[in-house]
Amino acid sequence: MNRRRDVVLFAAILLLGALPLVGEPYTLRLGTFACMYAVMSVSWNVIGGLAGYPSFATAAFFGLGAYVGGVLLTKGATLVVAMAFAGGIAFGGAMLLGAVLLRLRGHYFAIASLAVAEVLRELTNTATDLTGGGMGLNIPLGTSTVASVAGEASFFFLAMWGLLLLTLVVVVAVERSRLGFGLACIRQNESAADMIGVNATLYKSLAFALSGVFVAMAGTLYAGWVHYIEPPDVYDILFSVKPIVMALLGGLGSTAGAVIGAFAFLGIEEIVWRNYLQVHTGVLGFLIVALLLFLPNGIVSVGRRIKALRARHV
Amino acid sequence: MSELMRLEAVSRRFGGLQAVQDVSLSIGRGEVLGLIGPNGAGKTTLVNVITGVHRASAGRVLFEGRDITRYRPYQTARNGLARTFQVVQPFPELSVLENVAAAALFSGGIGGMREANRVAAEKLEFVGLSLAAGKPAASLTLAMRKRLELAKALAMRPKLLFLDEVNAGLNSAEVEIAMGLIRQIAQAGVTIVLIEHLMKVVMSVCSRIVVLQNGALIADGTASEVVSNRRVIEAYLGKKYAQAASGEA
Repeated sequence: MNRRRDVVLFAAILLLGALPLVGEPYTLRLGTFACMYAVMSVSWNVIGGLAGYPSFATAAFFGLGAYVGGVLLTKGATLVVAMAFAGGIAFGGAMLLGAVLLRLRGHYFAIASLAVAEVLRELTNTATDLTGGGMGLNIPLGTSTVASVAGEASFFFLAMWGLLLLTLVVVVAVERSRLGFGLACIRQNESAADMIGVNATLYKSLAFALSGVFVAMAGTLYAGWVHYIEPPDVYDILFSVKPIVMALLGGLGSTAGAVIGAFAFLGIEEIVWRNYLQVHTGVLGFLIVALLLFLPNGIVSVGRRIKALRARHV
Repeated sequence: MSELMRLEAVSRRFGGLQAVQDVSLSIGRGEVLGLIGPNGAGKTTLVNVITGVHRASAGRVLFEGRDITRYRPYQTARNGLARTFQVVQPFPELSVLENVAAAALFSGGIGGMREANRVAAEKLEFVGLSLAAGKPAASLTLAMRKRLELAKALAMRPKLLFLDEVNAGLNSAEVEIAMGLIRQIAQAGVTIVLIEHLMKVVMSVCSRIVVLQNGALIADGTASEVVSNRRVIEAYLGKKYAQAASGEA
C-alpha cells in the first residue's frame, strides 16, 4: 500500500542531490539542515517509533559526535575517519548505556535519557585540554576537499545528503529484518516478546545504538561545516526535542513519515522565524500543538483521512 | 518414562510473602500434568519461576538435565519451554498470522520469514483460526485469542508446554474444542503442564495431578487419588467439610 509513496519519496530525496547545481548559498544551507534534521528524526524513529522507547538522547549523540569528530579533525584526521570514529563511539557507548537505561520504561526512560546530554555536556566542559571547555573548539578550515566558500557549502550539503541516504538504507533494511520485527513485538508487548524468545535487552540496545550512530556522524559533519562548536550549541536540548516533534509531525513509527516530518518542520520553522522574529519559538510551539491535535497520526495519514472523508460524503 | 524436568526445592519470596516454597517435582517426558490449587496458591508464580520471568529465591530448575534456574525468559523459550498466559498477550497491531510467525521466527529454530509464515499458517489451521489469519489480533474474541495463544506457543516447537487457564472464560462448547486440541498436542509427544480450575478438564485430560496450596505441594498422584486426598479437600472446601466427608465415609 505504501510502496508507491516510499518510491516517490526516495526519488524526491535522490533528486534533492542536484541542489548544488541550482542552489544559492541560502538554499544550500537550508538543504543541509533539512538533511541533518531528517537524519535525526529517522534515527530517533528507530528507538522511539519502532521500539516504543521515547528517547531524549539525540542531543547527547549529536554533541558527542560533534566533539569526538571535531577533536579528531583538529588533530588532522580526515573527515571520513573522524565520522567513522564518532559513529563507532556513539554505537558502542549506546550499547553499554542502553543495557542499563532501557530497563526503565515510559517516562522514566525519557527522563534518564534526557540526563545523558547533560552529563556529556559537563564532561566536555571539564575536559578543557581536549575540548577547549566553555571556550569552544575551533575546527580548522580545509576539512572539505574544496577551497572556495561556495564549494565548501556544496561539499557539506552533499556530505549531509549522502549521510541521509546511508541512514535511510540502513534503517529501512533494519525495519524489514528480524531485528525490526522483534522491535515491533517489543513495542506492542514486551513481556510477550520475551516469552516467544526475543532477546529484548539486546534488541533494544541495538535500536538505541542505531538511533545514535548516524546522529553522531551528523554531529561531526556539523562541526566540520560550522568550524566552531561549543557545548551549549551542540548539546542543545532542542536537538533532542525537535526530532521527536518531526517524527510525530510526519507520523509516528513511519520512516517515510520521519523524513517528511523533518522537511515540513524545517519549512515551518524557517517561515515562522522569518516572519515572527521576536516571538518565533512561541508561534512555532503553538503551530506544533495545533498540528498534533488536529493531525495526531501525522502528515502520512492525510491521504487516508481524505479518503475516509470522501467515503463518508458519497 | 524418562525425566524431562526436575524442580529441586524451588522457592520464591516476594518480600514477606512466600509465594512458592520448597517445591520439588519431577515431570516425565510425554506426561500431561495437571497443576491445580485454590486462587493465590502460587501456580502462575511457579510457572513464572520455571520460565525465568521471576528468578527462584532458592532451589534449582533442571530441564533435560541442564540447570536453567538462572535463564532469562527468551532463553527458556528458545530451549523449548513455551507457555500461554492466563491473561492473553497478543501483539495487538500485528495480524493473527504475524503473531504466530513471530513465535516461530524467534523460538522455532527457523531462519527466514517465508518459512515462519508457513509454520504459522499450519498452526493456525490446527487451532481453527485460518479464516482470521489476516485480521489484526486486537479484533479477536476472547475464545479466539486463547486459541491464538495456543498457536503461538505451538509455533515455538515446544518440548514442554505450560497452559495457564486456557479454558477460563470459555463456554462449554469452546471448552470441548480446547480439550480436543490439548489431547492432540499431547498425542504429538509434547509434554504438557495444565493449570486449570475446571475439574472436568483436569480429570479427563491429565495423567497425573499435583496440588499447590499456599505455595507448597500438598498432593501428587492420579486423579482419583488426589480428589480423595484429605488435605486437598481441606484446601478447597475447609476443615469442617473434610471432617464431615471422612465421618460419612
